[in-house]
Amino acid sequence: MIAQAIFIIILGAAIYLFTKNAGKIRRNILLGKDVDRTDQPALRWKTMAKVALGQSKMVKRPVAAVMHFFIYVGFIIINLEVLEIMIDGVFGSHRVFSAPLGNLYGLLIGSFEVLALLVLIACVVFLCRRNIVRLKRFSGTEMTQWPKSDANYILCIEILLMTAFLTMNAADYKLQLLHFEHYVKAGSFPVSSFIAPILPGGARALIMLERGCWWFHIIGILAFLNYLPYSKHFHILLAFPNVYYSNLNPKGKFTNMASVTNEVKAMLDPSFVPENTGEPARFGVKDVTDLTWKNLMEAYTCTECGRCTSVCPANITGKLLSPRKIMMDTRDRITEVGNNLDKHGKDYDDAKTLLDNYITREELWACTSCNACVEACPVNINPLEIITEMRRYAVMEESQAPASLNNMFGNVENNGAPWKYSQADRLNWANNE
Amino acid sequence: MDLKIPTMAELAAEGKEPEILFWVGCAGSFDERAQKITRDICKILQHVGISYAVLGTEESCTGDPAKRAGNEFLFQMMAMNNIAVLDGYNIKKIVTGCPHCFNTIKNEYPGLGGNYEVIHHSQLIQQLIDEGKLKAEGGESFKGKKITFHDPCYLGRGNSVYEAPRAALEILDAELVEMKRCRSSGLCCGAGGGQMFKEPEAGRKDINIERIEDVIESKAQVVASACPFCMTMLTDGVKHQNKEQEIKVLDIAEITVRANGL
Repeated sequence: MIAQAIFIIILGAAIYLFTKNAGKIRRNILLGKDVDRTDQPALRWKTMAKVALGQSKMVKRPVAAVMHFFIYVGFIIINLEVLEIMIDGVFGSHRVFSAPLGNLYGLLIGSFEVLALLVLIACVVFLCRRNIVRLKRFSGTEMTQWPKSDANYILCIEILLMTAFLTMNAADYKLQLLHFEHYVKAGSFPVSSFIAPILPGGARALIMLERGCWWFHIIGILAFLNYLPYSKHFHILLAFPNVYYSNLNPKGKFTNMASVTNEVKAMLDPSFVPENTGEPARFGVKDVTDLTWKNLMEAYTCTECGRCTSVCPANITGKLLSPRKIMMDTRDRITEVGNNLDKHGKDYDDAKTLLDNYITREELWACTSCNACVEACPVNINPLEIITEMRRYAVMEESQAPASLNNMFGNVENNGAPWKYSQADRLNWANNE
Repeated sequence: MDLKIPTMAELAAEGKEPEILFWVGCAGSFDERAQKITRDICKILQHVGISYAVLGTEESCTGDPAKRAGNEFLFQMMAMNNIAVLDGYNIKKIVTGCPHCFNTIKNEYPGLGGNYEVIHHSQLIQQLIDEGKLKAEGGESFKGKKITFHDPCYLGRGNSVYEAPRAALEILDAELVEMKRCRSSGLCCGAGGGQMFKEPEAGRKDINIERIEDVIESKAQVVASACPFCMTMLTDGVKHQNKEQEIKVLDIAEITVRANGL
């Protein structure tokens, strides 16, 4: 009874805390400007099934794809086991699904065990790639101490959870062989039966081990759940809605700014009366709250894998720009804005902005708008949109484009071409062979 | 081939409307190398007998470089003026010689009221090959030559056009080789996003040099492209590596014209 009460208290506290922190992220995302991403629901579901559920963009890197697939499937399937653990914990039962499911239960537990082993192997491989092989993708200016530790913590926690799960099963299996009390036979335990021989033989010790691992496993999972809102690992939740709300247009199509359309129309036709769109908005993006909620959702979805940065032509050739940094800066800044809101209220201004305090001009102007980063992202994050919006702010609000680009603007405006040629000479190519 | 370049104004004066407008673009109008490609596209159009015209001095920048560099005002100003000109001539179908013009008119003009069927010259060439109107005979032989294709970002990733330019090369009986970074993983030439008009930021090397290393690695004798900006960047890259003798940079339109002896 006491164990059940403790379990219910821990479970309740974990769920409460997680809901609170996830709610904060939701609030932060909704600080962004509105954008409609609800059109073509059929295509959106299809894209989500393919890209998020089906992991279609992961396959470009086969080793990472296979390892990630193990962890991904393991995470989803082993959650069925967590459901049983929850019920057992609340009602004080033991392996509550084993009687009603019969032989199927043994099969399920067997598949969980195989998956747990694969997850374990994948996590070890991932740790080696990060810390021993030191893949270039996992370093870079933005990969400071915390992002690197975050990745290692996630992998270590998963290794611990899987180890506890398998050890628990091994002790259970051994108790089943002893026909001890309620430890009824529940399948063949294809992985943990190999661990069983190295465990102590006494029933008391085995029960201690089984219970200890059971508690460690479930408290570990609940603690991990509460680690998510502070971690890049939040992608396991946001990847799905983030892909659902993807930009469905061709990548080359940039948004046309409606606020500019009104002004240009008024300029070209003095009789044009624009619709009143209320508060005149800032042109482009200076701080995170000028971004759309989708940009902000993408920032929280980013798991810092670095595929974007590793294919960025500017980054490859040693420029300061890193698309991953754009996303991480955006996330860190909106988190800061949210924290300020909680601490100091609505009217507080910390005199900081995404542009300049986080992202420098040099980064913005190094982009070739080639869309390689957008193409590479396994969950359809678009760093290019943020870069473009910040360029818009620099150009239209501050007139702070590099001088050579200002020259180009002048030529386009006056000569109808980005170079200093006369429009009257535009057909000269037809005459000189 | 004796080239006759009809302009929209001339045709309109005769009360005629061409089947398709050839949108030349700024590079195609003014850059010496790109001018040659422009004439080659006209040769192809004339060769297959499509009725076409150009805007000539009535054409202006689409606004693409301004838009990518953040100057949305200038872009929309250019776009609305161009739409007025295009609609004034009742234009329905456009072929462009530049992926940037193609992308802008196709994707970004509709939101400002300009609705046209827009194709890139690689798609036109593919269509003509498919219809049997364009072959690779009567001209220079590319047989056995190693040719690789550099995907322009705004044609490939930007609009998912990967096969059309390759169709123009597959007909040649040449050996088509791919670079390690190709199609959706293709590496940018370094000119997009306004970079064509400014010095690059400080770094280890220029992007076109990085790209030319891919070309060299592929052992291709010809690197084909379909964008005037890529053309400039790749040509500069080849020069920088002193490979002008070994590697030729050609637009798919030039290759088509050569293969057909136009």
